[in-house]
Amino acid sequence: MIEKDGVAPLEMVMKEFPDDKEVLINPKAIIECYKEIPCNPCETSCPFDAIHVGEDINARPKIDFDKCTGCGICVYNCPGLAISVRQLQGDKAILKIPYEFVPRPEKGSLVNVVNRNGDVITEGSVKRVQEGKNQKQTCLLHVEIHRDFIYDAITIEVPRGS
Amino acid sequence: MKNKEAVIIGAGPAGLKAAKQLLEAGAHVTIIDRNKKLGGQLVKQTHKFFGSEKQYASFRGIDILEILVQGLKPFEDRLEILNETSVVGLYKDKVVACVKHDNFFKIKAKSIIMATGASEKHLPFENNDLPGIYAAGAVQTLMNEYGVKPGDKVLMVGSGNIGLIVSYQLLQAGVDVVALVEAAPQISGYLVHASKIKRLGVDILMQTSIKRAIGKDQVEQVEIWELDEVWQGIPGTERVLGVDTVCISVGLAPLTELLMQIGADVEYIRELGGNVPRIDFRYETSIKGVYACGDVVGIEEASSAMVEGAMAGIHAAHDLGYTVEDESRKLKVLQEELKFLRSGPHAAKVRAGYTKLEVKT
Amino acid sequence: MRIKNHPILSFDTEETIEFSYNGKKLRGVEGDTIASALHASGIKKLSESIHLKRPRGFYCAIGNCASCNMVVDGVPNVRTCITPLKPGMVVNNQVGKGKVYEE
Repeated sequence: MIEKDGVAPLEMVMKEFPDDKEVLINPKAIIECYKEIPCNPCETSCPFDAIHVGEDINARPKIDFDKCTGCGICVYNCPGLAISVRQLQGDKAILKIPYEFVPRPEKGSLVNVVNRNGDVITEGSVKRVQEGKNQKQTCLLHVEIHRDFIYDAITIEVPRGS
Repeated sequence: MKNKEAVIIGAGPAGLKAAKQLLEAGAHVTIIDRNKKLGGQLVKQTHKFFGSEKQYASFRGIDILEILVQGLKPFEDRLEILNETSVVGLYKDKVVACVKHDNFFKIKAKSIIMATGASEKHLPFENNDLPGIYAAGAVQTLMNEYGVKPGDKVLMVGSGNIGLIVSYQLLQAGVDVVALVEAAPQISGYLVHASKIKRLGVDILMQTSIKRAIGKDQVEQVEIWELDEVWQGIPGTERVLGVDTVCISVGLAPLTELLMQIGADVEYIRELGGNVPRIDFRYETSIKGVYACGDVVGIEEASSAMVEGAMAGIHAAHDLGYTVEDESRKLKVLQEELKFLRSGPHAAKVRAGYTKLEVKT
Repeated sequence: MRIKNHPILSFDTEETIEFSYNGKKLRGVEGDTIASALHASGIKKLSESIHLKRPRGFYCAIGNCASCNMVVDGVPNVRTCITPLKPGMVVNNQVGKGKVYEE
C-alpha cells in the first residue's frame, strides 16, 4: 500500500499509462504523482503544453498523450523524481529515468533494473546518458529492457553504502 | 550602542526575502545570523524544491540560496551582515544584544524581523544521548555542507519530508540506510519522496519505532519494535539492527525564546510545532515594530517561509515610512501564493494551527 | 569518512588545517567546523553530560542544543558545530560546566 511503503500497486500505475498500449510506440511521459502536493514544474517546464496542473498547484498533473513528445524535460524538472519516459520498440522497451548518483553508468553498460519495491527484476542496457541544459546534476538515463517490464521497471539498482 | 533601522534575526529563506523587500523600499538593513554562511538551512538542501516558479520550484535549495543572496547585491551600500553573531538578548526598547566571537555589543533597532527558524526535536528512548544519534537535518548539514559522512549504516526515525529526503541524500553520499521507521500507520511526508528511497531498497516500516540504542561510547546497534494502535511498543517484536548512526526526524520546534524574552505574546499551538508568537495578518507580533516570519511562526516548508518573509518585509518597510512600490498588489499576489501552498492535504495541520491562532491569512 | 564523490556537490578533501584535539594533532579542511573536522577523523564523542558523565556527540548542528560544547583555546562551552576550524586551534573535551574564570 503506497501510504505505508511508498510502493504504488500495479493497478494504480497502469492508470497513468495510455489506455492503448500502442500509443507507446512513441515515447510518452508517465507521471507517478499519486497524491496532491503543492507543485507544478512539470506543467511549466513542458514545451508542448502537454501537462496540466492548473491554478491550484495542489492538483495532480494530467497529461495529454497526444501532445507529449516524450522529450524528457519534465523528467529533469520534477522535484519528486516521479516522471519517466517509456517507449516500446519491437520486443524492447526504452525507459528514460532521472538519475542522481555517482558513478553514472556508462553508455553500453549492463545494469540491474528494479521495480517500485526495490527488487531487481531484469537486466537493462544503457543506451544513452543525457545531461539537461539547466539540470546538470540530474541525468537522464536511457535504459533498454525487454518490453514485458515496461510497467514494472522504475529505476536501476544503486550500490548501497559505497 | 549603534542605532540601526531594520534588524533581521536569521538569514534563512524568510530573513533573506524580508531583507530584499526592505532594501528595495529604501531601508537600511542589518542581518544577524549565528552561522558563517547566509541561507539558514538552504545551505544543505541539495534537493529540488516543490511549489511553483514563484518559489523557485525545481531549483535545488543550494541554488535558491545563490539567487536570494544575489538579489541583495544591488543594495550592498545599505546592507550590513553580521554573521557568526548570536543574539543573546532582546529587549522591549528594541535593543538587540549580540555576541560575535569574543565581542559583546548592543544595537538599537527601529524595527526587528524575527526569522529565527526552528530546531529539530528529539525522541525519548533508552540511550538516546549516545554519540551517533543525530537530528536528521544535522546529518544533512554534516554531509552536504561539510562533506563528511555521519557513519556507514543508518536507521532513520520518522517519515516526514526531512526523514525521507535525508534518507535519499544519505544514499547519494554513499551511506547505507538500513531502514526507515515511522510510529504512525502512514507515511507523513510526500509519497514521491518515499517512493524514491523504497525503489532503491530502503525498508520503510510503519507503526515501528526505536526501542533503544546499544553501544558504549557510540551507537553500535539499535533495537526497533512494532507499535500497537495506541503507540505502545509490542513486546516480542524487537529486532536488532547493526547501525552506527541514528537519524531522528520527528518534527521541528519554532525557535521562539527571543520572542519570549522580549515579552511578545506567545502561544503553544501543537499543529504549528510548539510555542509560536501571536501575529496579526501583517506579521507583526504583539510588540509594535517587531515582526515574525518563517518557521518561527509555525513549521512549514521553505517555500512558505520565503513568501512570509517577503510579506513581513513589506509591512516592516511600510511601517518605517517607506513607500513600497505597488504594495497592495504585491501583498495580494503573495497572499495568493501562500493560499495555494497551504491548500493541499499535506498542509491540513498548518491550516488547523493558524485557525487556532486566529491569524487571518 | 569524507565524501569523495557526490552527484550534486563537490568537496575540498585536502586536509590542510592542523589543529590539536586532546593533545593529538589532527587535520581538517578549509570550510570545516570544529565538529565536522573531528567527525571526519572518526571522533564522535565531543562532550560529557555534566552529572552522569555520559558521552555526547553533536545533535542539532545549528548551534542550538549545546551537545557539542567543548573547550577551544581555553574557552569552555564553545559550540563546535558552528565554530569554523582555524589553524592551530587547541580543542579539548570539556569536563563539567567548564571554567570561565580561573580562580
